[in-house]
Amino acid sequence: MVSPGTSVTDRVRALVAAHRGDRGALMPILHRIQAEFGYVDPGVVPVLAAELNISRADVHGVITFYTDFRSEPAGATVLKLCRAEACQSVGAEQLIAHAEQVLGIKVGQTTPDRSVTLEQVFCLGNCALGPAGQINEQVRGRLTRARLDALLTEAVGR
Amino acid sequence: MTTTVYVPRDSAARSLGADEVAAKLMETADRPIRIVRNGSHGMLWLEPLVEVVTERGRVGYGPVEPDAVAGLVAAGMLDGADHELCQGVVADLPWMRDQTRLCFTRVGVTDPLSPDDYLAHGGLTGLRRALSSDPADVVAEVTESGLRGRGGAGFPAGVKWKTVAGISGPLKFVCCNADEGDSGTFADRMLMEGDPFTLIEGMTIAAYAVGATEGYVYIRSEYPDAVRTMREAIGVAREQGWLGDDVLGSGLTFNLFVRVGAGAYICGEETAMLESLEGKRGMVRAKPPIPAITGLFGRPTVVNNVLTLASVPAILSGGAAAYQALGVERSRGTQVFQLAGNIARGGIFETAFGMTLQDLIQKYGGGTRSGRPIRAVQVGGPLGAYLPADGLDLPMEYEAFAAAGAMLGHGGVVVFDDTVDMAAMARFAMEFCAEESCGKCTPCRVGAVRGVEVIDKIRAGQDPDDNLALLGDLCELMTEGSLCAMGGLTPMPVRSALLHFADDFSPRGGGQR
Repeated sequence: MVSPGTSVTDRVRALVAAHRGDRGALMPILHRIQAEFGYVDPGVVPVLAAELNISRADVHGVITFYTDFRSEPAGATVLKLCRAEACQSVGAEQLIAHAEQVLGIKVGQTTPDRSVTLEQVFCLGNCALGPAGQINEQVRGRLTRARLDALLTEAVGR
Repeated sequence: MTTTVYVPRDSAARSLGADEVAAKLMETADRPIRIVRNGSHGMLWLEPLVEVVTERGRVGYGPVEPDAVAGLVAAGMLDGADHELCQGVVADLPWMRDQTRLCFTRVGVTDPLSPDDYLAHGGLTGLRRALSSDPADVVAEVTESGLRGRGGAGFPAGVKWKTVAGISGPLKFVCCNADEGDSGTFADRMLMEGDPFTLIEGMTIAAYAVGATEGYVYIRSEYPDAVRTMREAIGVAREQGWLGDDVLGSGLTFNLFVRVGAGAYICGEETAMLESLEGKRGMVRAKPPIPAITGLFGRPTVVNNVLTLASVPAILSGGAAAYQALGVERSRGTQVFQLAGNIARGGIFETAFGMTLQDLIQKYGGGTRSGRPIRAVQVGGPLGAYLPADGLDLPMEYEAFAAAGAMLGHGGVVVFDDTVDMAAMARFAMEFCAEESCGKCTPCRVGAVRGVEVIDKIRAGQDPDDNLALLGDLCELMTEGSLCAMGGLTPMPVRSALLHFADDFSPRGGGQR
């Protein structure tokens, strides 16, 4: 395990300090770390464990339980496509197959040039306007192949 | 004279370009305009729905694409002129007129973050009335209203509150479950984005009634807009003295915080949510002890869904009797039904319990979006049963659905047309459970994986009779042996698909694809 640089460690300690008064602070802290660095480096696990006085196993366990927390950086653009029932009823599976083909990767993978990460998501709460997706946190509805292609082009200039 | 124009900020409207529409309006308006970013009225097929304030009322235009704005302005939209996209006065549309909106009364109407709007539209009436009564009377009022948990299980809210109120202790919590992970549901999200003060008011009333001082809204990370709006609204409410150490000068202390999930469906299960709020893995707890007694950090805790809590202000302001007068049998009050999936007119429809599913889908939803015949409808989320097209004449109420082997749940309705492969949907139910199981109990953790395998064998024609019997056994084991509803109810969509769409499971079948 590569230990993170002093600056990262200091920053993590500062984030912990900012949440010192919060109950159950680990989740908010992990969200902050991921927002700032784009992922949760395994090297911060011992730092968090020491700061919060819990075991490294506890910290690791939380990070790995939740889909959102990444242990390595994502691509520059993150495309999430909904695979839940409502979106399936209007062609989500076909849309995902199209995205996989266009990007040349499978769900859960990042393109070799690290421009796009393709992920599945179960429901974005846009169930009347499916198929739905999220491009860099912005929800999009009524996605067709053409609209998805256009949005991807806009996001990454592919 | 400045013209007021409403352009929704709801994420469903934004998903179709509402932000761009608002920008184009500022650019192309031929007079001074004021744009209010309201919530959505819930007629999602019309989004982005732009409303112009005229002498006749708020005239709606939709769906408005960003590129259409300039043409609409030129055609006199800002005067409320007629146009092919003009829907008329929004409040007079049958979809709106036929509803009984208690939870959603302000959603779409007001600026969600304007305290003045909130007060002008009846906000805080319920809280003021609660604060002037005895806490026990508030609990009694909620009990008498017949309000049942809107998250899916339908447990009487008043009973839960009474349990928490009955335990003395220095620290109690009110937690709002806003981990709305079920496909086909978006009412929690729309309320939080469209009228967050109502949820805050409902939680504050709950806190007063049970003697809690601290509250948490646990929102899923898939809802960044709702997280942002709730956080801003809590800030505004604090400034207004609606939250904090002396709520409305009553001496009540109630502090409210937002916590964000991290992509785990299971955290919608109340005990898993509590674990997550404590900063742990979202592992389901065995019950008892129930959260009302041993909840967050071991303290007595009210855990209610967004719509349960958002129903409370209306109950307190209008009285339990008025609420109780709505609905049928043991399903009292209103439910916010959500029409989703392959539906022509999808959205929010709040009405008293009792309307038939058929009416909801055909009369209001307009049938499928694809124009093809309906084949199946799933009600109550991924753990709800699939109903066949000839089984939709069911009143929307808890017990009628249970009697039909289905589940009303939170009132989410997902429509499928005749291209659906129901064996694939049954397989997906198991796949979803395998993906989202917390892993604590074996029937769910292992059963779901085995379920996928067995359905694959059946579809491939491998010993279908034996494997169908095995699938039946597996469903029974998961139903009876799982710790929570995740494993316990996953068999519901699977069994209903087997019951109503058996042909799809034969290797030659595969639906009418």
